[in-house]
Amino acid sequence: MYLITKKEELTENIYWMDVCAPRVAKSAKPGQFLIVKAGEKGERIPLTICDYDKEQGTVSIVFQTLGDSTKKIAALNEGEYLHDFVGPLGNPSELVFEDPEELRKKKILFVAGGVGTAPVYPQIKFLHDLGVDVDVVLGTKSKTTLILEDKMKGACTNLYVCTDDGSYGFKGMVTDRVKALVENEGKTYDLCVAIGPMIMMKFVSKLTKELGIHTIVSLNPIMVDGTGMCGACRVTIDGKVKFACVDGPEFDGHLIDFDEAMRRQAMYKTVEGKKAILQENKEREH
Amino acid sequence: MRLNKVPVREQDPEVRKRNFSEVSFGYNMEEAMSEAERCLNCKKPKCVPACPVAIDIPGFIRELKDGNVGEAAKVIARSSCLPAVCGRVCPQEEQCEGSCIVGLRGEAVNIGKLERFVADWSRQNNIEFTEKQPANGMKVAVIGSGPAGLSCAGDLAKMGYDVTIFEALHEPGGVLVYGIPEFRLPKEAVVREEINLLKKLGVKLETNVIIGRTVTIEELFRDEDFKAVFVGSGAGLPKFMGIPGENSNGVMSANEYLTRANLMKAFRNDYDTPITMGRKVAVVGAGNVAMDAARTAVRLGAEAYIVYRRSEKEIPARIEEVHHAKEEGVIFNLLVNPVAILADEKGWVKGLRCVRMELGEPDESGRRRPVEMKGSEFDIECDSVIMSLGTSPNPLIASTTEGISTNRHGCILIDEASGESSREGIFAGGDAVTGSATVILAMSAGRKAAAGIDKYIKGKYMR
Ligand SMILES: Cc1cc2nc3c(=O)[nH]c(=O)nc-3n(C[C@H](O)[C@H](O)[C@H](O)COP(=O)(O)OP(=O)(O)OC[C@H]3O[C@@H](n4cnc5c(N)ncnc54)[C@H](O)[C@@H]3O)c2cc1C
Ligand SMILES: Cc1cc2nc3c(=O)[nH]c(=O)nc-3n(C[C@H](O)[C@H](O)[C@H](O)COP(=O)(O)OP(=O)(O)OC[C@H]3O[C@@H](n4cnc5c(N)ncnc54)[C@H](O)[C@@H]3O)c2cc1C
Ligand code: SF4
Ligand code: SF4
Ligand code: FES
Ligand SMILES: [Mg+2]
Repeated sequence: MYLITKKEELTENIYWMDVCAPRVAKSAKPGQFLIVKAGEKGERIPLTICDYDKEQGTVSIVFQTLGDSTKKIAALNEGEYLHDFVGPLGNPSELVFEDPEELRKKKILFVAGGVGTAPVYPQIKFLHDLGVDVDVVLGTKSKTTLILEDKMKGACTNLYVCTDDGSYGFKGMVTDRVKALVENEGKTYDLCVAIGPMIMMKFVSKLTKELGIHTIVSLNPIMVDGTGMCGACRVTIDGKVKFACVDGPEFDGHLIDFDEAMRRQAMYKTVEGKKAILQENKEREH
Repeated sequence: MRLNKVPVREQDPEVRKRNFSEVSFGYNMEEAMSEAERCLNCKKPKCVPACPVAIDIPGFIRELKDGNVGEAAKVIARSSCLPAVCGRVCPQEEQCEGSCIVGLRGEAVNIGKLERFVADWSRQNNIEFTEKQPANGMKVAVIGSGPAGLSCAGDLAKMGYDVTIFEALHEPGGVLVYGIPEFRLPKEAVVREEINLLKKLGVKLETNVIIGRTVTIEELFRDEDFKAVFVGSGAGLPKFMGIPGENSNGVMSANEYLTRANLMKAFRNDYDTPITMGRKVAVVGAGNVAMDAARTAVRLGAEAYIVYRRSEKEIPARIEEVHHAKEEGVIFNLLVNPVAILADEKGWVKGLRCVRMELGEPDESGRRRPVEMKGSEFDIECDSVIMSLGTSPNPLIASTTEGISTNRHGCILIDEASGESSREGIFAGGDAVTGSATVILAMSAGRKAAAGIDKYIKGKYMR
């Protein structure tokens, strides 16, 4: 059982939680994730490690409520417990292993979409602490759905917010903003890291390929165990099948079969989930 | 002498294919006593050397004949610590029962079901027969809570060690909880009880700890004062065929399917985990795992097919499982090999393209090699495909621990006598060493390593 020491609603349907898990906090690195199960009968779902405090022994998660499992986690309060909380899983971000001297010579662009802002945070914080120059393009629906703005601002060189409805910052998609930065504002980048909805990562990768910027994305396929045991998370990278939980979650965005990944991701949606699969089966019978 | 064994009561196939309760009811006292009478109490029993842990089979059956079930349990406990499990899942026809002398003229003595009866009865009647030596304060870490880890931990605890089991999943038991289905091995009544016995012995259990990620073996030695480590991490990595269409929606490994069904209890409405409930499910392979997947699919309402490239004779699953699967309506497509998975326009499986095979010359395994018959391509209609092609050890521990040598299949190399790996103080056993094998072999490897660890710690720290 893992005590929830802090819970905050960042914006409608997006929550921040600090969870007491000393062993995980001690080993966690940026880019890694967890498997979380709300109650005894819950589902195991993957969530990114958004921050950790080795002294306090806490790990932070930020999640958006979508279906049953995220709603069950959101229903828990400070002082209550998550049933299971295992990690850190997956490989840390490659940047963690690079020579800080080399990193400081690079210009790095992060592109965050929606709740993907949260997993971007530990990475830019890590780089910022090393004195690396980092720009962030942050996309969200509107001003009211923007999260972690202050935290992000404090941990990067430039923060460019875009909203779909233009209620704050630049009006438009992250890809438009990236394009504008490079083509109109004379920015150059050696590396782009994009984290967000699969569709966003697909289009950012498409754009950066045209712009010739090496791009890393963090894939979020369906997972069960997160340790390489089930193969639910398999994705195709450069024509080869990989298990995102152990070979990733970060991969070269220019080599991913995004269409396949998106199709596979839709396999177990709750709403169209258990009951829906039953329904679908019935329909297929006709 | 009666040539036929006392029949085992089972759930009717038509009923059981709609539930997840145990198929076999096993023997009651009367039936067990009656079956025990069939044992000839051989002077040189052929059954004993055929049991991988050499249980004194005539010895325990003798006690049973006399009505001393508790004594019978003690005889078994000298050689096995998981009799309720092994009595249910051992491939007896190849082991003890396969060599029983009675089997030459009639049906072999039903050793497995007798063992199961003795184990179940003594558990239900709280027979205690574990003696524990005084605590010696030495800490040992056991990685993995499958049969290898459980047996190693149990033996060490009895010897007085301070044992902690680290398990990656949220529930202990290894394949016993995530792989083998409820209808063959009840989780609450049998597996959890076995684990509770260990807890009573003082074994500590930390679930949700992945060694190599959450904490490394180096850190266990350096920061937590463990004196020795046993690696019983199993062989959990699934294989896929590498054929076109394999990433279509609805194609999964048997591990995924069975984990959803068993560990996550997706078949129950009060659990959140979803599972695909196909109408027609094709299972590729014919081992125990494949039978379990096919029979699970039947219970979830599907028509299930086994697709296997060799013939009936080469089927690696236990005879009882194949028999049960057939009774439940699983359809066997033998000498058939998939070459592609067909998907509809939305990317969901709609069929399996196969070729027919014939048996050619024997291969390295001594079995006749299946060869493709030219022009025999045909399609099997299905909406789910479950790949059950075997598994290999997870490389995580070997890759995060200095000095552990593995072979080219990723199996950890050990010294056969002591169970010690190429790194001092790290021992290993079970599927992590052999690749996927059996419960009884994993259990005996765990016990052997416990003896090796005892010798190592006594020699190094307790002189
Ligand atoms: C490595 C990784 C890191 C992630 N990090 C975060 C994060 O930091 N914050 C966050 O809000 N979300 C994150 N996700 C996504 C999160 O796991 C899903 O939103 C969650 O599982 C949805 O579950 P649900 O039951 O609430 O919704 P559902 O309605 O069941 O699912 C909604 C969508 O989530 C996906 N999904 C469903 N079940 C699973 C599953 N078992 N595993 C993976 N995806 C699934 C599917 O795409 C589905 O379409 C991450 C996913 C992965 C793989
Ligand atoms: C579906 C199925 C049916 C089977 N049917 C039979 C049968 O009928 N009869 C029979 O004799 N055998 C059967 N087997 C084989 C038998 O179950 C295995 O040989 C046996 O369980 C191996 O035991 P083990 O302890 O070595 O490993 P496992 O049972 O695999 O246990 C290993 C444990 O280690 C954990 N682990 C792995 N890595 C780590 C890590 N890094 N940190 C912490 N924990 C870790 C795993 O989560 C797992 O719980 C079957 C197997 C399967 C999959
Ligand atoms: S452990 Fe297995 S092989 Fe040995 S006697 Fe029991 S059922 Fe037979
Ligand atoms: S070989 Fe058969 S008859 Fe002889 S002791 Fe063993 S079980 Fe009994
Ligand atoms: S989540 Fe099971 S193998 Fe990746
Ligand atoms: Mg869900």
